[in-house]
Amino acid sequence: MQVTHRLDAIFSALADPTRRAIIARLASGQASVNELAQPFAMSQPAISKHLKVLERAGLISRGREAQRRPRRLEAKRLAEADKWLERYRQLWEGNYQRLDTLLDELKAKERKPQ
Amino acid sequence: MKNALKITPSGDRDLVMTRDFDAPRKLVYDAHTKPELVRRWLLGPPGWSMPVCEMDVRVGGKYRWMWKKDTDGSTMGMGGVYREVEAPERLVSTEKFDEAWYPGESLNTLVLVEKGGRTTLTQTMRYESAAAREAVIKSGMEQGVAASYDRLEAVLASTANVTPR
Repeated sequence: MQVTHRLDAIFSALADPTRRAIIARLASGQASVNELAQPFAMSQPAISKHLKVLERAGLISRGREAQRRPRRLEAKRLAEADKWLERYRQLWEGNYQRLDTLLDELKAKERKPQ
Repeated sequence: MKNALKITPSGDRDLVMTRDFDAPRKLVYDAHTKPELVRRWLLGPPGWSMPVCEMDVRVGGKYRWMWKKDTDGSTMGMGGVYREVEAPERLVSTEKFDEAWYPGESLNTLVLVEKGGRTTLTQTMRYESAAAREAVIKSGMEQGVAASYDRLEAVLASTANVTPR
């Protein structure tokens, strides 16, 4: 049950475009709340709200520097979520590769009707 | 060139899959709505066949699919009802597995957009809850482990030799 809730928090956290952008920004290095707020033209409280969601999902953490408390990416957690999706993707890719083959066949049939 | 499949969680309970196909959308639509075509590709992991594929494609019509694992005979079934049918661009249906491992049913929306003889498929699956969505993703992982790419190649090769009825 624990694991279920954690993964669920990750997927919900990643479903929001602003939060995905924050993740992308943090992928290039840690940043303070102020630094994160700038490119988004958002108030600091609004950004803090998004950061809280990401933190709860375990995707980011806070640094120790007393003043800035920079946020940084927890890459391991992100990779974990990616792994789940990748397996699911493989399953469907198998189906769609068969569909590719079938469509080629249907196209060939249309070109020369019996 | 490879047409990449993208799967992204969207909102709290949607999963969105997008993929391009090198074919006009009428053919892609046919492959999703004609049972004799559906059962040739919608098979899941290698080693499964689809002995039951019944589809009454009209608003309010039902469909019933069942897969069988060739090695031990175990089966997996699912079905639902068509909610919207707009050939060749849109198909909305409900989906529920016989032995569902996630709560409720999902609402699946297939949208096909054609451009220059190619078709972009977008399949949105809306689950009853965020927890249900996650259960589905996790099952994909378990099955995905079994579906190694090596065996996939073998399936593709054999499928290419089958003549449609």
